[in-house]
Amino acid sequence: MRIRINPSSLRQSGWREIAVRFACGGVITALIGMIAREFGPVLGGLFLAFPSIFPAASTLVERHVENQQQRQGQPRGGSRARHVAALDAAGAAIGGAGLSAFAIVAWQLLPSLNAAAALALATVAWFALSTLLWWARKYA
Amino acid sequence: MSNLQLSDLLLRFIAGGAIISAFALVGDLFKPRSFSGIFSAAPSLAVTTIGLALFREGALYASTESRSMILGAAAFFVYAYVTCYILMHYKVSALVASTASIVIWLGISMLLWAVCLR
Repeated sequence: MRIRINPSSLRQSGWREIAVRFACGGVITALIGMIAREFGPVLGGLFLAFPSIFPAASTLVERHVENQQQRQGQPRGGSRARHVAALDAAGAAIGGAGLSAFAIVAWQLLPSLNAAAALALATVAWFALSTLLWWARKYA
Repeated sequence: MSNLQLSDLLLRFIAGGAIISAFALVGDLFKPRSFSGIFSAAPSLAVTTIGLALFREGALYASTESRSMILGAAAFFVYAYVTCYILMHYKVSALVASTASIVIWLGISMLLWAVCLR
């Protein structure tokens, strides 16, 4: 299966969903800032990989499938919506492995490189490793 | 809580909300679902927090946070894998599976912190 970009899928994300993601992300970022201030960067840094948006994202994925089933006259719920949410979680596990690449690159480059360049390279490392692992899992 | 702390929290709320929503919207663009799921583990929270730490505390502080994040990322991998397993094998909603599994993320993170960094 090839990776595709489908701009029409953005229409599925209404303002309410964007607001939910914004609120979850904002609250968690503020909380993690408080943890880092209270306990220092060694413990606080763990929380940079906290699953901040994942529960909301996974729930929205499941709801999209259920709504689609309802529009097609099928009963809501069942295994299909759960299965799609599980696929999303499998992708997140791969992205989690990619997060370690982000962290290693940021750790090594931040003290010596321009901050914006170091964060950009770390993000590229996350995306590259995640994509590579996704391909490997799919085709190896 | 002082005005400075309050403005810091507000800044974190707005910056975190905006960057995390932006990454999530980019993830929505991709198909298939297993690939777009990668964006559920996007480093959006890290980019925001490290960016603010660089501005306020300097590069060494941000670098120390990044080193700890390696362990948090390992915990995230196990967390997402367990959530996937639960959804595949048990009849529970995505919200219940993903929220309950946060205990696993916390447990593994704290264990790795105690063993490797404390």
